[in-house]
Amino acid sequence: MADAERTAWRRRSTVRVVPPARPRKLAKVPFVELADGRLQGVVSSGSDVERVYVSSIASGTHAYHCSTNNNRPCGGLRGAPCKHLQALAEEALLQYGADRVARYLRVDLAAGADTAGELLAALDARHEPTPAAVVFSRFLRHLSYLELPGSTAPLPELHWFPATGAAR
Amino acid sequence: MLGTQLAVLRDGTPTGLTDALDLVAGLDDALVRGLARVGEDDAAALAALAGALAATPLGDRVTEAAGKVTAGSVLEEHLLALAGARCALLGAAHDALLGQLDTALGRARADWTPGAVEPAGAGSPARAGARAWLHEVAVTGWAGVDHELVDAAGAPIEAALAEPGLRRLAVLLDGFAAELRACVPVATMAQPPARRWADLWARGVLLAQDAAATTGASAVEEVSGRLLVLGVDVHEHDTAVQAQLHAILEPADGGAPRLVRCAVGAVKADTIVGPALWRLLDAHPVLLAALAQRRALTVTGLPLHGADLLWRDDRARLDEPADPFATARVVLPTAVAAASAPLDRHPVGIAEPVLVEGYTVGDDDGVTAFVLDGHPIAVAVDRLPSCGPLTPELVAASSACIGLLRWDDGRWLIQPLAVLATVKRRPVDAHTGDWAGGVTDPKVAKAEAKAGDAVAVLRERAGRLLRR
Repeated sequence: MADAERTAWRRRSTVRVVPPARPRKLAKVPFVELADGRLQGVVSSGSDVERVYVSSIASGTHAYHCSTNNNRPCGGLRGAPCKHLQALAEEALLQYGADRVARYLRVDLAAGADTAGELLAALDARHEPTPAAVVFSRFLRHLSYLELPGSTAPLPELHWFPATGAAR
Repeated sequence: MLGTQLAVLRDGTPTGLTDALDLVAGLDDALVRGLARVGEDDAAALAALAGALAATPLGDRVTEAAGKVTAGSVLEEHLLALAGARCALLGAAHDALLGQLDTALGRARADWTPGAVEPAGAGSPARAGARAWLHEVAVTGWAGVDHELVDAAGAPIEAALAEPGLRRLAVLLDGFAAELRACVPVATMAQPPARRWADLWARGVLLAQDAAATTGASAVEEVSGRLLVLGVDVHEHDTAVQAQLHAILEPADGGAPRLVRCAVGAVKADTIVGPALWRLLDAHPVLLAALAQRRALTVTGLPLHGADLLWRDDRARLDEPADPFATARVVLPTAVAAASAPLDRHPVGIAEPVLVEGYTVGDDDGVTAFVLDGHPIAVAVDRLPSCGPLTPELVAASSACIGLLRWDDGRWLIQPLAVLATVKRRPVDAHTGDWAGGVTDPKVAKAEAKAGDAVAVLRERAGRLLRR
C-alpha cells in the first residue's frame, strides 16, 4: 500500500474495510464463515433435504470436524477430511479468496494455490470433535436476518457503507 | 454543472474547516489507543476539543468530560459529551461544506422544521447494552480490541434488530462490529481507519441514548404530486442494504418543485450480493418498477420530513416514462432542496444530485476525473454498485452523468448514478437502478442464472430449519 493511501485510510470516512463476499452458489454450502477461530459452515446433505452437516477447521491447530447438526459424526471422516469439508473449503475460497482464508487459518499456501485440494493438503490436519451446536445456531441466526421486516424510513448511517463491487 | 462552479467547490474551502477537522482527528487518535490510560498527546487533544467548544452550550459538559477522562474516570456520560462535541464539529463542517455547494450551484435550500418531540419513553435494554459495549470499546481503544470484545456486540445487535425503532442503531453496530472483527488484531494494522471508526462510534453513542431526537423519522407534512426520478444510490454492508432514490417532487398544489429522496432497506445475509439485492426490496414493487422502467410516479399523501419521504408503496402508482437526464436538465436547476436533521449532519451524508455534461474524462492525481472547461472533479468509481450496470469502463466512456456530489477527506467527488456513454460507436445510457426489476444485460443474466438464486436458497433453508 502506498503511503498516500495509508494516510487516506486514516482521514477518510468512507473506506470499504471489509471486502464484500464474492458471489457463489449457495445450494450445496448455504453458510460459510471465518469466526470463533474457525473456518466453519453448514453443508446441505446430498441425500436428505432435512439434514445438514456442520463442518469446521480450526485456525492454527487445523483440527477438523464434521457432524450432523444433531452431533452425529459424519460417516465420511475416515482419517481424512470428508467431502463436506472439501465443499466447505471450496466455497470459503470462493467467498473470501485464498488470501483471507489462508491468513485466518494460518496456513502457508503456495502463491497461486486456490483450490480446496491445495488448501487441505497444506493443513497440518487432524480430527478432533467439536460441538456442532454453536455453529448451527450461528447459521440459524444468519438465516433469521432474512425473516426481519424491511425498513421504509431512511437509515442515514448507511452512507458510511456505500455499495461497491462494480470496480472489482 | 459548469466548470466555474467546480472551481468554486475546489477553491472555496470554508474558513475553519481544517481546524475543526484537526480537533476531530485528535479525538480519533485517542480512540485508537483507548481512553483507559490517556497519554500526554491525547490529553492535549481532549483539552483542545473542550477549549474549542467552551463557548457553546456543550462547553461545560465537554470540559468536565475531558478532565475526568484524562484523570482516568470514564463514565458513559463523559463519552456522550465527547461524542456530542465531535458531532457538533462535524455538523458545523457539514453545514459549511453544504453552504459552499449551494453557493456554487445556486441551489435554494429550505430550513429544517423540527417535528413533534416525543416524550423520552422508558429506557430500552437494547440501547443500554449498546451503550455499555460502546463504552468498553472506547476505553479499550481500537488497537486493543480482541475477538471476545467484538463478539460482545452480538447481544445488543440482536436486541436492537428485534425492535423496528432501533434499526438505525442495529445496522450501524452490525457494520461496525464486522469491520473490527475483520481487522483484529488492529494493533498490527499500518493505519487503522481512525476517522471512520470514530465516526461510527460517535454516531452509535448518540443513537444509543434513550432520547427521542434519534428515534427516527416523524413526518411533519403529507405531500402529493408527481415524482420524477433522478437516480438511486445503493448502500450495503454484509448484513444490510438500502436503496435511496433521489427525485424531484412536483407538488400537486402547484408549488415549486422540491428535491426529495426516499429510502427502502432490508437486512440480509452476507452471501446475497449483486443484482440479487433488489430481490430483498421486493416489498416495494411500484418503486422498483419505476426504477427499472424509468417511469415517473404519482404519489398521494406521502409523509415527508425535510427532504425525506417515508415510502409507502400503496400510495404510489406508475406514471408516464420520464428520462432522468431530461429531469436533471430541465427541473433540477429550479428545485428547492431541504436541510437535513441536525443530528444527522456529517460530511458523509452530503449527497447532492447534479448533472454534468460536455466533460472529458481525465486523470486528477491518479484518480479518474471529469474535466469541465479545464476544471477537474474526481469520480468515485469505487462507489459503483454491483447490482447495476455502471462500470468504471462505462464511466470512462461517458460524456454526461447524473451523480451525487460527495465530500470526503478534504475533497469533492462525484458519485455516478447514471451515464450517457458511447460504446463501440453506439450511444448507451445506463442507470444504477436499471436492474431493479431483473438483470437486463443478457451476459450478466446468464451468469446470475448459472449461480442460482441466493435469496430463494436461503429462504428455503430458513423455512425448513428455523421453524423446528
